[in-house]
Amino acid sequence: MVRTADAVVIGGGIHGCSCALHLARRGISVVVVEKDHVGRHASGVNAGGVRRLGRALPEIPLSVAAMGLWHNIAELVDDDCQFVPSGQVRVAENGEEARGLEERASLLRDAGFNHEVVIGREELRDLLPAVSPHCVGGMVVVDDGHANPYRTTMAFKRKAESLGVRVLEQVRVLRIAKRQGTWRVDTSTDPLDVPVLINCAGAWGDSVAVMLGEPVPMQAYAPMLMITARMPFFVKPVVGAQGRTLSLKQFANGTVLIGGGVRGNAVRTTNTASLEFGGLSVNARTAAQILPTMRGARIVRCWAGIEGYMPDGIPVIGPGRQEGVFHAFGFSAHGFQLGPIVGSIIADLVTTGATAHPIGPFRIDRFDSPPQRQRDALT
Amino acid sequence: MKSHYQLAIVGAGPAGMAAAAAAAECGATSVVFDEQPAPGGQIYRAVETPAAVDRAILGVDYWRGAELAKTLRDCGVDYVPGATVWQVSPTREIGVTVDGTAMLITADQVIVATGALERPFPVPGWTLPSVMTAGSAQVLLKSAALAADGAVFAGTGPLLYLVAWQYVQAGVAVKAVLDTTPISNYFRATRHLAGALRAPQYLMKGIRLLRGIKKAGVPLIRGVRDLRMRGDDAVSAVEYRRGHDWQRIEADQVFLHQGVVPNVNLSYSIGCRHTWNEAQLCWQATTDSWGESTVEGVAIAGDGAGINGALAAEYQGRIAALGALYRLGTIDADERARRAAPARAALAAERRIRPFLETLYRPPKYFRVPPDDQTVVCRCEEVDVAAIRKAVAVGCVGPNQLKSFSRCGMGPCQGRLCGLTVSELIADFTDLPVSEIGYYRLRPPIKPLLLAELAELQTPAASDR
Ligand SMILES: Cc1cc2nc3c(=O)[nH]c(=O)nc-3n(C[C@H](O)[C@H](O)[C@H](O)COP(=O)(O)OP(=O)(O)OC[C@H]3O[C@@H](n4cnc5c(N)ncnc54)[C@H](O)[C@@H]3O)c2cc1C
Repeated sequence: MVRTADAVVIGGGIHGCSCALHLARRGISVVVVEKDHVGRHASGVNAGGVRRLGRALPEIPLSVAAMGLWHNIAELVDDDCQFVPSGQVRVAENGEEARGLEERASLLRDAGFNHEVVIGREELRDLLPAVSPHCVGGMVVVDDGHANPYRTTMAFKRKAESLGVRVLEQVRVLRIAKRQGTWRVDTSTDPLDVPVLINCAGAWGDSVAVMLGEPVPMQAYAPMLMITARMPFFVKPVVGAQGRTLSLKQFANGTVLIGGGVRGNAVRTTNTASLEFGGLSVNARTAAQILPTMRGARIVRCWAGIEGYMPDGIPVIGPGRQEGVFHAFGFSAHGFQLGPIVGSIIADLVTTGATAHPIGPFRIDRFDSPPQRQRDALT
Repeated sequence: MKSHYQLAIVGAGPAGMAAAAAAAECGATSVVFDEQPAPGGQIYRAVETPAAVDRAILGVDYWRGAELAKTLRDCGVDYVPGATVWQVSPTREIGVTVDGTAMLITADQVIVATGALERPFPVPGWTLPSVMTAGSAQVLLKSAALAADGAVFAGTGPLLYLVAWQYVQAGVAVKAVLDTTPISNYFRATRHLAGALRAPQYLMKGIRLLRGIKKAGVPLIRGVRDLRMRGDDAVSAVEYRRGHDWQRIEADQVFLHQGVVPNVNLSYSIGCRHTWNEAQLCWQATTDSWGESTVEGVAIAGDGAGINGALAAEYQGRIAALGALYRLGTIDADERARRAAPARAALAAERRIRPFLETLYRPPKYFRVPPDDQTVVCRCEEVDVAAIRKAVAVGCVGPNQLKSFSRCGMGPCQGRLCGLTVSELIADFTDLPVSEIGYYRLRPPIKPLLLAELAELQTPAASDR
């Protein structure tokens, strides 16, 4: 039996579920096709960091808009997603790093943003009493925070379903072809015929793009995380570092999550994300040097999730080259926070052909060599 | 210790010790890691130091262990006690902590001989302090003679009777043994009696143990169908039911036991395929006839690949080592077959008793799939049956999703104490076979690792090769 709908979303991560939700709110009938189960990959296993702090300039307008939604997330999905506006801080370990933070803050001010605030030694100690004495200052975003990633993704899914979205799990998109003006999507079960197709396939986004004739230079890696046994409460904001890879947060139950982007190996065909303890060791050392209390922490679990990275570190968001195609993938290890807004942007594009958000930098054709771009322009 | 070995063996129980001996005979550079301070594993714990308790009390089997331990010491392999292996990767990189130093080493072949664990026994109150397992009762007795008078033993299976008997022999008073073996099991087991009679030593041993317990005047109460622990800060009484009425025994120490199951944490974390063993009601790594798992170069020997007991583990250890030596190119196929032949024959003989034991001591469903909504399943995160029922009702289809739904299985024990219960509970709620429900996806470190140790991790590049 061939199914039909107004739109098919490929991928049941935070972005796929958010697209489905926002489209459904605008009266579009949507089917989400997920090869495993919703939240199985990056969206369900990430660090849950909800931050504007330190984002690449092109992402900031989107990130700021997303933050507005996060602060009222229950209005959108009927669940608080365990969002905690704990604040985020990035620590400077020496004068040079502190100057780097100053420069960054002025760069942002020039661009019209003032959410990132530089703090000195004393303020850093007030905010982070456990910080190592060698740290000289930091940068804070007070109302950034963190949320529970799996719960968030499931909340988006459930809300979308309550608005009529159908979610097909353990169904894989195999081929896509244009047929009499609609897209024929062949899956591991029944095919679908739809006018609109949205690629939210995360770390598999490039393979869906290839099905559409739009190859992109994406790489898959497996950022790693480790979590400790419960510890006495000692740190409120999420802690990062200016000069090194680190993201550390303590949850309400006392466990501490450490990550920040050290990578293991991803094998996409088998869904495996393997750990690389050499990298985790570096991560542990950073945590122990910035927050010496961490030395006594017991690590009880490590894991990794598969994520798609673009060469310039920012995602692909926007229309594809063919009519009725839209992309939102390759979030390069910081796409969770953007989830609530990207769905709304895609819904803008699908329903009106435009969006007020500045998405130019995320065009899929930005990786084309100039001659290729010209050829595209001519045809 | 070197940074690379031809063969690394994890576990110095009967399987690991026998594997090491076989490897030494053929001259492969090998290492044996074990968490304990001395060789022996669970069954032969502290076998070299008879001080705590007279060996006679622990039974004749003990001598066998002492010999294996002596061979391990003398055969020339690197034996590293006090070594916690917290990861083995599919490419056989081994993460191990010795004396507070964590390091990575590599091996061409790995034998996982990490033995068995006691099956969870989730009854109301099983999480109260001073409710322990029969295995821990034995540790108390073997290692420090810490065993106290007046404990109640409850459950089923040879180890329960053995430990109760050992207590009696050591002159420690036992208040009662509550036997939960369903009476119907006795009838079912008679079908396998013929096989059992070909290994009469096991039957005789069982009879001798029970006789010894009764002779000491310990009440042996059979056919116990319901069990719950009572107490506020710690256990103060056991209540049980055979027919209609609850009975009560005051006790400030209770030992529960309903059999042992493979310790699959390491093999799962390596990525080995596992299957559900319906006869033994447990997950076990899938292995070929040389013990090799579905991950190349990683073999499983002993109880980790299905429960067969200490002697079988010894033979399996030997067979797995010969398989590894063959893959290393140290011996050829003929030599492998020739050296394995006696062990294979002995293993087959050892296995004859299993159908009988498995049927007789098969724990009933009401003690594996707790019927009571308030019974705690995950001790670390305090998740009860009701919470799991609720998660399944809203669409949770397996143990891994259950983690995300409820934190069940996410505590420091890594699911050791709840994994089986969770698989069986979800199967029960969804009316699917356990084999389709699966188990937790496990990740290293499979043993807690101090952040400071990880921070100072010694990698092969750093240490001498
Ligand atoms: C360990 C880790 C930590 C992270 N920490 C943070 C953080 O703190 N803050 C932050 O903002 N971001 C973080 N991220 C990044 C964030 O998780 C991702 O950017 C985001 O979840 C991506 O969402 P997605 O929906 O695009 O992808 P995914 O969640 O990967 O979803 C894509 C889905 O598409 C499915 N799919 C693929 N191909 C097909 C096909 N052919 N047919 C059907 N289905 C298909 C996949 O199975 C998958 O479920 C982290 C990522 C990881 C891995």
